[in-house]
Amino acid sequence: MKLIKLATVAAVAGVCATTGVQAQTLAQTKEAGHLKCGINTGLVGFAFTDDQGNWQGFDVALCKAVAAAIFGDPGAVEYTSLTGKTRFTALASGEVDLLSRNTTWTLTRDVDLKLTFVGVNYYDGQGFMVPKALGVTSALELDGATVCIQTGTTTELNLADYFRANNMSYEPVPIETNAEAQQKYLADACDVYTTDASGLAATRASFEDPSAHMILPEIISKEPLGPVVRQGDDEWADINRWVLNALLIAEEKGVTKANVKDMASSSDLDPEVARLLGVEGDYGSMLGLPKDWAANVIAAVGNYGEVFDEYLGPDTPIGLERGLNALYTDGGIQYAPPFR
Amino acid sequence: MSGTHAHTVPYVAETHYPAEPAPVSTTGPIAWLRENLFSSWLNAAITLICLAFILWIVPGILDWAVFKSVWHAKSLSECREIIVQTYGEGTTGACWAVIHERLGQLLYGFYPVDQRWRPDVTLLLLITAMIPLLFQTMRPLVVVMAALIGVKILIAAYLAVTENTLGSLFGPTTIVAIVIGGLAYFFGDTHHRTRWLVFTIVFPILAYFLLWGGIILEPIPSSRFGGFLLTMVIGVTGIAGSLPLGILLALGRQSKLPILRLICVTFIEFIRGVPLITLLFVASTLLNYFLPPGTNFDLILRVLIMVTLFASAYMAEVIRGGLAALPKGQYEASDTLGLTYWQGMRLIILPQALKISIPGIVNTFIGLFKDTTLVAVIGLLDPLGLTNPIRSDANWNGIVWELYGFIAFLFFVCCWGMSRYSMYLETRLRAADRR
Repeated sequence: MKLIKLATVAAVAGVCATTGVQAQTLAQTKEAGHLKCGINTGLVGFAFTDDQGNWQGFDVALCKAVAAAIFGDPGAVEYTSLTGKTRFTALASGEVDLLSRNTTWTLTRDVDLKLTFVGVNYYDGQGFMVPKALGVTSALELDGATVCIQTGTTTELNLADYFRANNMSYEPVPIETNAEAQQKYLADACDVYTTDASGLAATRASFEDPSAHMILPEIISKEPLGPVVRQGDDEWADINRWVLNALLIAEEKGVTKANVKDMASSSDLDPEVARLLGVEGDYGSMLGLPKDWAANVIAAVGNYGEVFDEYLGPDTPIGLERGLNALYTDGGIQYAPPFR
Repeated sequence: MSGTHAHTVPYVAETHYPAEPAPVSTTGPIAWLRENLFSSWLNAAITLICLAFILWIVPGILDWAVFKSVWHAKSLSECREIIVQTYGEGTTGACWAVIHERLGQLLYGFYPVDQRWRPDVTLLLLITAMIPLLFQTMRPLVVVMAALIGVKILIAAYLAVTENTLGSLFGPTTIVAIVIGGLAYFFGDTHHRTRWLVFTIVFPILAYFLLWGGIILEPIPSSRFGGFLLTMVIGVTGIAGSLPLGILLALGRQSKLPILRLICVTFIEFIRGVPLITLLFVASTLLNYFLPPGTNFDLILRVLIMVTLFASAYMAEVIRGGLAALPKGQYEASDTLGLTYWQGMRLIILPQALKISIPGIVNTFIGLFKDTTLVAVIGLLDPLGLTNPIRSDANWNGIVWELYGFIAFLFFVCCWGMSRYSMYLETRLRAADRR
């Protein structure tokens, strides 16, 4: 009874308020003194805790970057770990202001859920992993295979589409989590494990003998993963979008964590770098940020390439290649609009 | 006469023969074996099968968990290398290094390292608050605190040898332990118990202040809570809150006032009809939509309320069972004595009803304690939820048994403790029956 009464009162209040929250996010964040950032509860390379108990990862770095842009301090973040089920309500209700949690940009999420994707920080796609002993070299040879697949995800639908389109049959082995998949796959409960290619690489890296397994060349879906904010506060969306762009432009122009301080004080700068680092013009105030916001971002987390290399790149156990995520100048599709 | 008789009987024993030892077949280990393990062909077969099973499984587990385990490494691959180097190609062993490295995280979550003495002290105070409720005297408290100080000294000694520091021997925890242990030693008799109970009542406020901070302590936001600390906070609050609430609901369900009865029945049936996981989702997501945006209604607080309400509905039914088991004469007797409703309940009905319900109550407690792991689905990082970010660290990706085994051990200790205490309590209260 208590609950019902509470719910009624709250529903009325909620209806009145859903329209009024927007447009204040930056001011509220500044007042709170920290950024409220939603992250994954744990995804290899993207969000994890280090031995000091601090959150780290490719997605987490973006939270730090935004905090550095606003406060000049990458530590001014309050992290909320969100599951696939709670992430959108947490964002919509204002529990978090930025959702940096490997979220695929789709039409329904963008339009129907009233979210704004501010860009793509990782282009992923669904792939297949098989033991080399199986003797398969292409996904088209997988007719009749048993496939370990996470239930209730878009990967499940993509798999069904792909096999139907190629007139092949498969037998699904439903699993709940990545850890379960690793166990099942290693125990030969399924021939093939399918999930996002980054996840496959990470899983493979954790095996005792990674070289006994291979990731098939076919990528069967588009999974553009990006940071998300609430629809309706365009200023806030702009800040997040341009933090991401600044990371990309910095890589393009060769501004790194190590040389950003020297560059900012050097005399003969590339004009775009001068604008980026706040040496020339006052682009920060247009966004409601300090003049040297981008310099702070790069000093805190490095440029896009550095972030990638630190958490996902070839030198990490995960060992992902840049692939689609290389800059457009290097054959990838990461491309930021000009900073002017 | 006796003389005559003496002549007719060739021999009269004047002393008892010394007792012969019982036949080997009825005493000693062999008899025990015969009686308990090999009393029939069927039992003998079962014994042998079990023995074979134990011999088959235990050496493997010991080998993996103890003899070929690694305690110091920086990553899973380093663990594997060490094992292969020491024990040869193809051996597997436990990599306890992950527990060694992440122990603080599993126990305290994201609680700031320099503030972790606060949960420690809170735990000590929790024990102090519980002892007068659980036992007649405060003597167990002396034992607990002495044991704790002993352990701390051992750890300090170990650290002094290996790392040349004393660790946190003289931290706040030790001081509090000494003070409480001393107080319990000198003022631990039964007639001091009331004063200790006053502390029990004050404890929740003190615990809140210690854990979340404020005034002089650095405030810690709820998002930093995690690990076993979170389990304890939710479990203990749920247990402490659900018992009184459950009693009230059980009494309300039996009340003669129709509206009160209706409210209680509706509440109990509603909560029992909905899975806990649904209530948790309501707490974490739906309430957000209902509450005006910007209201910062703490997530842990919401979960605490939901878990307590959930447990209290079950508790109410357990206690109602106890109430129903009492003969009607007990109720009539309390009326005849001229006691008011509350007096009768407090002095006559509830003591008996609760005693009958002990197994059910403890059952609910244990269930509740284990249910706290469900908060992982709404993104709160209890120990089970923390396995995810830990395994996502590229260094530890792929580790499974060690983490889950350790967490299972933690839970087992708590639940087993509760179960043992309930057995002790039942024995003690049965003794009162016999008197």
